[in-house]
Amino acid sequence: MSERQAGSEPQAGVSERQAGVSRRDSVLPALIALAFLAAPFTGLMPAYWVALLDYIGIASLVALGLVLLTGVGGMTSFGQAAFVGFGAYTSAVLTIHLGMSPWLSLPLSLFATAAGGLLIGAVTVRLSGHYLPLGTLAWGIAFFYLFGNLKSLGGQEGLSGIPPLRIGDHPLTDPRLYFVVVWCCLVLAIVATRNLLRGRVGRAIRALRRTTAAAQSFGVEVPRTKLLVFVYSALLAGLAGWLYAHFQRSVSPSPFGLTAGIEYLLMAVVGGAGRIYGAILGAAAVTVTRDLLQDILPWVMGSNGNFETVVFGAVLVLVLQTAPNGLWPLLAGPPRTPKRPRRHPGLAGAPPPAASASTASGTGADALLDARNLHKNFGGLAAVNDVSFDLRAGEIVGLIGPNGAGKSTTFDLLTGLQAPSAGQIRFAGESIASLTPPDIARRGLSRTFQHVHVVPDMSVLENVALGAHLRGRAGAIRAILGRDRHEEAVLLDIAAAAVMRVGLDAQALQPAGTLPFGQLRLLEIARALCLGPRLLLLDEPAAGLRAGEKKALADLLRQVRAEGTSILLVEHDMSFVMRLVDRVVVLDFGVKISEGEPATVRRDRKVVEAYLGGVA
Amino acid sequence: MPVDLTILLFLVQDGVINGAVYALGAIALVLVFAVTRVIFVPQGEFIAFSAMTVYALENGRSPPTAVLLLVLGVLAAAATLIRERRHLTPRVLLVTAAFNLLLPAALFALVRWLAPMRLGPWAEVPLAIALVVPMGPMIYRIAFEPLAQASVLVLLIAAFGVHFSIEGLGLYFFGPEGIGTAPLAGGSFSLGSLVVTGQSLAVLGAAALLLIIFHLFFQHTLLGKGLRACASNRLGAGLVGIPTVLAGQIAFALAAAMAAVAGILIGPIQTVYYDSGFLIGLKAFVAAMIGGLVSYPFAVIAALAVGIAEAFFSFWASNFKEALVFALLIPFLLIRSLGVRPHEDEPE
Repeated sequence: MSERQAGSEPQAGVSERQAGVSRRDSVLPALIALAFLAAPFTGLMPAYWVALLDYIGIASLVALGLVLLTGVGGMTSFGQAAFVGFGAYTSAVLTIHLGMSPWLSLPLSLFATAAGGLLIGAVTVRLSGHYLPLGTLAWGIAFFYLFGNLKSLGGQEGLSGIPPLRIGDHPLTDPRLYFVVVWCCLVLAIVATRNLLRGRVGRAIRALRRTTAAAQSFGVEVPRTKLLVFVYSALLAGLAGWLYAHFQRSVSPSPFGLTAGIEYLLMAVVGGAGRIYGAILGAAAVTVTRDLLQDILPWVMGSNGNFETVVFGAVLVLVLQTAPNGLWPLLAGPPRTPKRPRRHPGLAGAPPPAASASTASGTGADALLDARNLHKNFGGLAAVNDVSFDLRAGEIVGLIGPNGAGKSTTFDLLTGLQAPSAGQIRFAGESIASLTPPDIARRGLSRTFQHVHVVPDMSVLENVALGAHLRGRAGAIRAILGRDRHEEAVLLDIAAAAVMRVGLDAQALQPAGTLPFGQLRLLEIARALCLGPRLLLLDEPAAGLRAGEKKALADLLRQVRAEGTSILLVEHDMSFVMRLVDRVVVLDFGVKISEGEPATVRRDRKVVEAYLGGVA
Repeated sequence: MPVDLTILLFLVQDGVINGAVYALGAIALVLVFAVTRVIFVPQGEFIAFSAMTVYALENGRSPPTAVLLLVLGVLAAAATLIRERRHLTPRVLLVTAAFNLLLPAALFALVRWLAPMRLGPWAEVPLAIALVVPMGPMIYRIAFEPLAQASVLVLLIAAFGVHFSIEGLGLYFFGPEGIGTAPLAGGSFSLGSLVVTGQSLAVLGAAALLLIIFHLFFQHTLLGKGLRACASNRLGAGLVGIPTVLAGQIAFALAAAMAAVAGILIGPIQTVYYDSGFLIGLKAFVAAMIGGLVSYPFAVIAALAVGIAEAFFSFWASNFKEALVFALLIPFLLIRSLGVRPHEDEPE
């Protein structure tokens, strides 16, 4: 009840905000940015502050990468400083030893960082859970010692005499000029990151942290997406390294060690991991604090100490204890929802491609899905034990059984989230038992989850659009350059149509995390429809719905079937199942105990026993 | 470079001694992780502080550790008062005051009184351990208790925060100079071409003894079994009446004790600076990780292997020894990861 009230309130606010956002979104930030870039030349800003802002800008680049990697993608890295070192050392060596122009060494530095990121990332992103940050820790330290011990990198003393950036004959040694370079880079990086996160790949990245299961089931290649984020954040760090090297004009190992790596992480956490502008806030907070502490503390505490680390450590712990989401959300409130796409008439109404293909083939008699002798064992427990059933195109089949009967495990086997211990699964005549979830999704099989898998801080519309992942093609580069706008409009339109079909249009722009349980189920159904499935697997779709909503759902499912999509559904609400389905398959303790038309199964003694216990 | 038998034996001996110290650290890491899910990064500080405490006592000075303990005690008491302000009972006040204020004050007075007497290692070592051990539970109270429900990752980041703070304090209290303590056992003897020092035997003996005590404690005492219960299922342990917060504090105390012993053993072998412990702790950590952060025997074996590998790396490529030791971790992390299904989400 209270959830519903909370859910309905923000709607009015959203549309109001939207109207304002569209203009403010482009003009105001641009004006602020211009004023900011001009500020050092007004003479109002002391040179000391300009230099500090240069360092803040450079650190912000690294923190921005970490926000994407850690806050959005869920991969914590303690080793980001090593990539800054990659960029800095590459450019230092190229400009000092080979006399190359810094502008030429920029692409080469970025290339070296990307190559390093790709190699290290290929190993690292495969690490699971907390092994991943520990892996970054290991190679962060390893590279620090490598930097300090390679003779060609100058050992512990490092390299000095790095040439400054030049425009024509003018060296950019003045911090005010460098300020423009640094902050232009940062603005570009922010625009690129926002573009990346907004689009199709961005939704996949944002799903990584919360629900890799759902991401995979809608065609996201999880390891590849993780690697993409890893390399992207390494590139931002490499760019920061290049800027640092030509500003500082010398490099040594210590700014690229573990302490520095943790300081960058501190920036991301303090600012608010997961929020783009939090990176700048965090970088500014940490850089300014360090500077102040280095000035003040020796006065207070004597010179024999390293008090900024004491304070940083304490602040980090305090932030984690009191504001685990960082400072930016406290200042700026919850993330903004994206604009609603303009309607593209004609697109939304068109039947999804996969579904139309299945109606065209019109093979009503052959089995669309054919599971033979499926087994799944967890240690000694046989969760699914020799289950066989099939489903013909255009059918709605119910998979029922008491709790623990193996229904959800069967779904996981069919969609590739778990590999069967034995048995065959054929879909449209093709064996899919050994395929990965994205490959199965590509063949037109989509699903919902019993325990909902959504990204809570993404809007309902964007969550649903994740289901249309396979219907777009735009990759990261197209997204970064903003060349995916048309395709995005189409995908969001598909999503909007699906949202409307399940009756969530009023909530479309709300963060999914604010929805009550029943509506989250509807969201999952909308997302599954976006794939354009030939077969839809629904895991307890009616749970948490009220009577009216259940009826609407049943109507929707009949309509979906009429459009050529077959449905396999797990459900406990017997009246809902029996009225909807053509056939029922009954599982109990992993074994199929009955199969047939609803009326027949209802009278089956075994089924009655399974549900009600032994008949006395 | 060719390795003859003498060099080989020397390297192995060197590696085993360092490995024994890493083993103590690795055990402490596994223990703390199992009971609290915290990766005990600040262990390095305990290692360094205990060695430096022994050094101060050897020279007849009152160790700065006593002051640091007072500081941490006040912070821990303040944290308790702030967090428990709504339900402060006389008992909570009493326990807090006794443990966080009176105990450090008493220890402070004790070392001031005893330090000038130069009582020798049999008094200095227990004093050093007594000064370091209470820091464990205090730090748990200050930093980790409010995060008990947080993810492993948040705890890991917090652990680094704690590490930085204490390391910075270490520089203030102990200064930047390195120290070396007197050997616990003098003398040496020849075993074929190998020279074995009394100190190395002392290290091995002490480490082995501690590991055996540790094993007996966990297998045969109620407290040890309670900690094991917390390790395997925190919620379940809580439901059957094992106080999980207390379990966390005990785990931290035990780990601090292990680290203190490791520091005392390493003091005579290498020059110890205020920040030396971090690198020792990290190598212990490499060993603990190779054991998957769950297996005590594996951690000990891995610690010896890390020590020996390090000895050989420093012989062949001394410049890159640290880089190589840490790179060693990556393949083991990969193997560990393969056992986990790729789509499992880290619970947040």
